[in-house]
Amino acid sequence: MSEVETFRAPIIARASDRSPSSQILKSNWEGAGGVAGWLSSVDHKEIGKRYLVTAFLFLIIGGLEAAVMRAQLAQPNEHLLTPEQYNQLFTMHGVTMIFLYALPVLSGFSNYLWPLLLGSRDMAFPRLNALSYWVFLFAGIFLYVSFPLGKAPDDGWFNYVPYASRAYNPGPNIDVYALGMVLLGISTTVGSINFIVTLLRMRAPGMSINRVPILIWGTLTASVGNLFAVPAVSLAFFMLWMDRQFGTHFFDVSAGGQPLLWQHLFWMFGHPWVYAIVLPAMGIVSDGLPTFCRRPLVGYTPVALATVATMALGFGVWVHHMFATGLPVIAMSYFSAASMIIVIPSSVAVFSWVATIWTGRPVFTSAFLFFVGFVILFVIGGVSGFMTAAVPVDLQLTHTYFVVAHLHYVIIGINVFPVVGGIFYWFPKITGRLMNEALGKWSFWVMFIGFNVGFFPMHILGIAGMPRRIYTYPEYLGWGPLNLIVTLGSYLFAIGVLLFFLNVFVSLKRGKRAGDNPWDAASLEWSTSSPPPVYNFAVIPTVASRYPLWEGRLNQSDDDRSSMQEGFLLDKGRETMGTTSLDAEPDVILKMPPDAYSPLVLALALAVLFIGALLHSWWLLGASLVVILLASTSWLWPQRSLSQIET
Amino acid sequence: MSYWHTYGPAGDPITKLGWGLGIVSIVVTVVIAVMLLGGLFRRRTKRAPDDAQLAVSREGGGMGWIYVGVGVSTVILIICMGWTLVTSASVSHPPSTPALTVQVTASQWWWSLRYTSDDMSRTFITANEIHIPVGQPVRFELASVDVIHSFWVPQLGGKMDVIPGQTNVTWLQADKPGVYRGQCAVFCGAEHALMALEVIADTPRDFRAWQDDQLRETPISSSATVRAGQKVFQAHCAACHTIRGSDAAGIVGPDLTHLMSRRTLAAGLFPNTQGNLAGWIAAPQGLKPGAQMPDHLVSGTDLTAVLGYLNTLQ
Repeated sequence: MSEVETFRAPIIARASDRSPSSQILKSNWEGAGGVAGWLSSVDHKEIGKRYLVTAFLFLIIGGLEAAVMRAQLAQPNEHLLTPEQYNQLFTMHGVTMIFLYALPVLSGFSNYLWPLLLGSRDMAFPRLNALSYWVFLFAGIFLYVSFPLGKAPDDGWFNYVPYASRAYNPGPNIDVYALGMVLLGISTTVGSINFIVTLLRMRAPGMSINRVPILIWGTLTASVGNLFAVPAVSLAFFMLWMDRQFGTHFFDVSAGGQPLLWQHLFWMFGHPWVYAIVLPAMGIVSDGLPTFCRRPLVGYTPVALATVATMALGFGVWVHHMFATGLPVIAMSYFSAASMIIVIPSSVAVFSWVATIWTGRPVFTSAFLFFVGFVILFVIGGVSGFMTAAVPVDLQLTHTYFVVAHLHYVIIGINVFPVVGGIFYWFPKITGRLMNEALGKWSFWVMFIGFNVGFFPMHILGIAGMPRRIYTYPEYLGWGPLNLIVTLGSYLFAIGVLLFFLNVFVSLKRGKRAGDNPWDAASLEWSTSSPPPVYNFAVIPTVASRYPLWEGRLNQSDDDRSSMQEGFLLDKGRETMGTTSLDAEPDVILKMPPDAYSPLVLALALAVLFIGALLHSWWLLGASLVVILLASTSWLWPQRSLSQIET
Repeated sequence: MSYWHTYGPAGDPITKLGWGLGIVSIVVTVVIAVMLLGGLFRRRTKRAPDDAQLAVSREGGGMGWIYVGVGVSTVILIICMGWTLVTSASVSHPPSTPALTVQVTASQWWWSLRYTSDDMSRTFITANEIHIPVGQPVRFELASVDVIHSFWVPQLGGKMDVIPGQTNVTWLQADKPGVYRGQCAVFCGAEHALMALEVIADTPRDFRAWQDDQLRETPISSSATVRAGQKVFQAHCAACHTIRGSDAAGIVGPDLTHLMSRRTLAAGLFPNTQGNLAGWIAAPQGLKPGAQMPDHLVSGTDLTAVLGYLNTLQ
């Protein structure tokens, strides 16, 4: 290209995946293939799948840890594990599920689906997307480096000081956790930025902000939340590492440090994080459920607003994790009320789902069963949260198995169930094959029954006075029988999860061919082939309603129709349409970057940097800084061919 | 440990509120489950999911559900919030000024107790077993020498964290004589699971008698075997434990002046029997791995001697 293009009137054409233009698109967008292509790919679909697979691997690891713990707790006075082993297991179980499974799995969905839902050909920053995945992977591995040495983090996932300080925890356990969390924070932060910019810039023409699917609202809200929440925890962990290694005194009581400072910083992050790991999952249900109810979601606008409101309120409730720390009653009353108010946006969502089912004509697919199961688990997890929001009641419930029950209803009920339902729903889109429905229903019932048998009794154990994080308990307190039921139920739940994984493996090879839109769903991703071509859309679609594929069946006016066959061709290299933030009017042609190794190199160098810090190996740290600098320079080196083109 | 029922004004209003919110929660869950089931089977369709016909012909509709559902939820919520605030206020302060203050110092993994009094001669230290007079509020000042713990006697009231660098204050009152078990509730390290305590609510007369007993110093025994045991104790145990009236004045471990008056050993680990006591002295690390008390290589004769001495600490 001799002259740099700064202006072009984009060609509007009619095209499909079989058109000659699509061959050009294919060659534009396809990567190198082979190992080289795999390592350098920036395709959002590829990255999304990697996120999903990696997150599920961590789910299995975290599940195995739980299985060992439940064996230890099945009876009073068990001696399967030493106290220290138990403490490392419960810590790593929490860390794994909350940080390495729950958000990454949703990032997987969102990375895969966002451009397809929005009618775009990629995320706003494809290389940043790759970086976000690689850093997540390396941070996950980093957090496990000391596990084989028997020195894994052992102070619970919220890692209270001073037990986490060097005086009481001299090994590398907590340093691994502290540095690993700072590293993981980088992944979360760049991923969040990518989602936000993608939403503001990459929607198909006509997809105004009030037409995006609820999953988009969920992930957007989670991403904005993360941008504000993650700095608090990265800072806290960095301060803790400084305290441990360099003798600062942020949390050192003997030098005037404050243990409660840790709790404030941690929960300012921790509570918004809870919403970050449930709001996108609720979005999956809000988008998937209507498909199987054969009608649009009841109350799109209130549900979208409730999503945002939940996160906004979520920043004002962190003290409800600290009701027993001796804060003034008047301050706690504020946080108690704020926590209870979250019932209101939550009930908007619940009644929307119930109304959608009630006024629809439900089709009982496996995905649908998981979504409906989710609704009832959401309610149970919600009301138990409402009980713990009441300060005086929480003074009894906090730190007990009641809270363990509550948080598992939230994380399994509101994250795992929608995620599994979401896999059933989008598996045909991702792989081109349907999952087995009969096996799917079996896995639902085994999971649903196993989950409730395993986790509901924890509420009762909590009220029977069983504190959380105890590795054993005496027989005379009478907690034995319920604990045995909990163990058996959770094993049943695990069998259900295994059935689900089995289904995935069998269906990958033998599943029925799906076709483009097996569920007759309404959103844009179903207008592409299954699996979608590497360029996503043969032409950039134009959107005229919230339910582009249901138009004509819902009584819109005829002259206002979405168009999937005719639109901007954009076939001169990797291109997609940039649109305005609110109304999504075509604005510029965005040139997307080619595949690159820089994200992988940068992520590796970051990981080495943190290993250097962990080992106090300053030359390693310095060397990786140099590589980071070089990789960033190569990445950010201005390229004229990547500048956007006015239309 | 079960707090379905509580036994004093620090806990009872919480228990009432807990039951109330619990019942509201169960009713809400059942009502929504019924609506959900109704919706599921009302117009369930067996037709293939790719049936082109939609259930509605326009996008809106169904909003009544949200208006009514959220409206009703909000009303219930506000009532519950009011009730919560009232309860909060009522348990935050005792009904009358406590006559008795106990300073509780938590450490990994046991509780030191200091009974204060305006009259310094009536101040004394004990461990792991709290006696309180029935029917009177007792004030607890909570401090920690190491990490965060939480002071919790569920059948008498809610918990209060014990945080190093600050003194949290709480209160309890038992309206019925009896033994109320407590346990540390915030994860505090290896033996978090084995950090229990007992609150024993005595009639005011029994409490007074107990207090007088605790104030006594151990008399010097005339028995030679006891004296031999005391020598072993002084050699092996006195660096950490105090026995008032003797030379043993360690402060790392529990005060043992009236060890034999206590019901349990090692922070509620097991009943205070001769066998358990001997086992604990011989091999604490086998029973509570990680505890501060090391395994002493005491000989059988030393063990017998020291047990003989400890038995005099009534």
